[in-house]
Amino acid sequence: MITERRLDTVDMHINVGPQHPATHGVFRMVLRVDGERIVDCVPYIGYLHRGFEKLAENEEFQEVIIHLDRTDYIAQFNNEFCYLMAVEKLLGVKPPERAEYARIILAELNRIVSHLMFYGAFGGDAGAITPFLYAFRERERLQRLFESVSGARLMHFYFRAGGLKEDLPEGFLEEVRRILPVLKQGIDECDTLLTENEVFLSRTVGIGAISAQEAIDYGCTGPILRACGVREDVRRSDPYSLYPTLDFDVPVGKKGDTFDRYLVRVQEMRESIRIVEQCLDRIPEGPFRTPIPRYPHYRVDPGEVYVHTENPRGDYGIYLISRGGVQPFRVKLRSPCFCNLMALPAMLRDAYVADAVMVLGSLDIVLGEVDR
Amino acid sequence: MPASLDATLRLVVLTAFIFNTVLVLVYVERKVLGHIQQRLGPMRTGFHGVLQTPADAIKLLVKEDLTPTTADRWVFRLAPFLVFVPVFMMFITLPFTRELAVRHLDLGIFYLVSFSSLHIVGMIMAGWGSDNKYALLGGVRAAAQLISYELPLAFAILGVVLLAKTLNLQEVVELQATAPFLVLQPLGFLIFLISSLAELSRTPFDIPMAESEVVGGPMIEYSGMRWAMFFLAEYANLFVTSAVAAVVYLGGWLWPFLPPADLAGGWAAHLVGLAWFMAKTFALILAIIWLRGTLPRLRIDQLMGFAWKLLIPFSFLNLFITAAAAVYGGFLLLLGWVATGGFAYAIYAVSRRRP
Repeated sequence: MITERRLDTVDMHINVGPQHPATHGVFRMVLRVDGERIVDCVPYIGYLHRGFEKLAENEEFQEVIIHLDRTDYIAQFNNEFCYLMAVEKLLGVKPPERAEYARIILAELNRIVSHLMFYGAFGGDAGAITPFLYAFRERERLQRLFESVSGARLMHFYFRAGGLKEDLPEGFLEEVRRILPVLKQGIDECDTLLTENEVFLSRTVGIGAISAQEAIDYGCTGPILRACGVREDVRRSDPYSLYPTLDFDVPVGKKGDTFDRYLVRVQEMRESIRIVEQCLDRIPEGPFRTPIPRYPHYRVDPGEVYVHTENPRGDYGIYLISRGGVQPFRVKLRSPCFCNLMALPAMLRDAYVADAVMVLGSLDIVLGEVDR
Repeated sequence: MPASLDATLRLVVLTAFIFNTVLVLVYVERKVLGHIQQRLGPMRTGFHGVLQTPADAIKLLVKEDLTPTTADRWVFRLAPFLVFVPVFMMFITLPFTRELAVRHLDLGIFYLVSFSSLHIVGMIMAGWGSDNKYALLGGVRAAAQLISYELPLAFAILGVVLLAKTLNLQEVVELQATAPFLVLQPLGFLIFLISSLAELSRTPFDIPMAESEVVGGPMIEYSGMRWAMFFLAEYANLFVTSAVAAVVYLGGWLWPFLPPADLAGGWAAHLVGLAWFMAKTFALILAIIWLRGTLPRLRIDQLMGFAWKLLIPFSFLNLFITAAAAVYGGFLLLLGWVATGGFAYAIYAVSRRRP
């Protein structure tokens, strides 16, 4: 009698990260794979934990700003913006109009920088090497602008309670105005390089899709949620600063898959350019900072406040408690990347190993912000 | 000259040629890719970076040769050679010009096709012997991919064999004096090119080495000279595959014209022939580099689907049309152009069927 021997197949565990080119930082996930198919995915975080929230409790309100630069280290202006709005709310100070516009210009340009970074890295995840350099060429133009503003390329430390550290440098606004059309063309070039590419489409369309309800349940925000078709943008749903006066659209996707997340970001870059153009037309001359007593060692009255803004990666919130004095009692960060990342196992259901890389790339996580 | 000395001399010259070609190819690739990506590429070492690749080669030679403690030692150490040797063997029958070849083999094409699939063994050994999961995954990917694409490659080239009624590469070239086989075998040429891209593991089929997924695949644990052997094999393979395409489909050294044999003591014909051969080969290589600068990577299942659902049926169709033409008359080869259109449409239709 011939008996068929049953083959015992064992799923293989693959450890991806913390040192892996696809994890964009020090993220680690353990994939259980059956051949090339993913059976299970367990994300591990915490490799970049620097304890910023605790550090903030021992520093003055002003000094905390530098830590914010280091949370989402690709969208530094946006982070500073959020934190300083919280501080200003507690102080009861309103920045002058020039500072508000300058902040919006810098934050939106920073959004473009962040999305360009995403675009390049995502192309790399897909196996194309050229998008990265196309994106960095455009990013460099903005990076130079930022350098002229703050003196630093990454850790700007430029926004202050009540306004800005100093006035925008001479010729800055003209330079922005000059660069915007160039940038637009650059974004169009990036768009044509990847968006309609057949191979790229077959790698992204329908991959890692989640429903709008799922995305909401996981607490996803930003492009991840908008890709599912939910028109949710803090700049519109809970407007802050001068955004209500500005005219821009909130692009959304349809299917919530990897491609939609990509496309939403590309469209957002164009919307950001629109916003900057309007700000350039309106920005007035005038003071760049509202005087605050004892600045920069100002005291903040007891109270607590929660402020959230639309960062490139989603709904970025700061919960700030002051017990009076020069130091905050508690700074809590609501990290959009952290919530977005939690949806990863759901997105990777029945995916291939190669898809895991694409889906993770489409989440556009910044580990500095996930781990804080 | 005794036969053994003659053979040794030819092999030494060939080895020197391969090493130098690889150095040039690496430089060309880095430079061309650089310019595609709007940067300069290597610029510092020598004039416009021409010494960069020799410098890299020296660096690799003096680097420490690491073997992971848990590796299957013999398999691990042998693998790079088993990848390189078959590629080296393919050069032996390659006709650079009418006289310039190590050996004119009567079974040239058969020999080439057999050796072109042998380096898979080395890849699997590297993947298995490294005792690394990425390497293993890459090795298995390589095995699946290379074996699948071996079939359409062989079928495509069979079409030419049917027309030429010979397996000798030299004779295949001689038959292309008036028109290259590209005109008679457009579909075969297309399938051959696509399959060779996969055979070479070049973008968009660089799945076994996928940097962002399996981090270099089978080569992940290699360093120093052993790693350089893989590199050498990869670029030598790039050259030899393009050269085979140039010889079989584009008329090799013969087409479009050669100066009369008695001009300058026959040297003119020789040099012009070599120039044609090199120009065609490098044109194909540049096209492959260009693809690398443009395209993302496919996924393994899409790659396999493409091979089994499109390439193999169409390579059968090509073979069938060619066989019919060989029996009933050459005019039937016109169907090959129709089939090429059908092939292009099939790719288009498949891509439109996306969910």
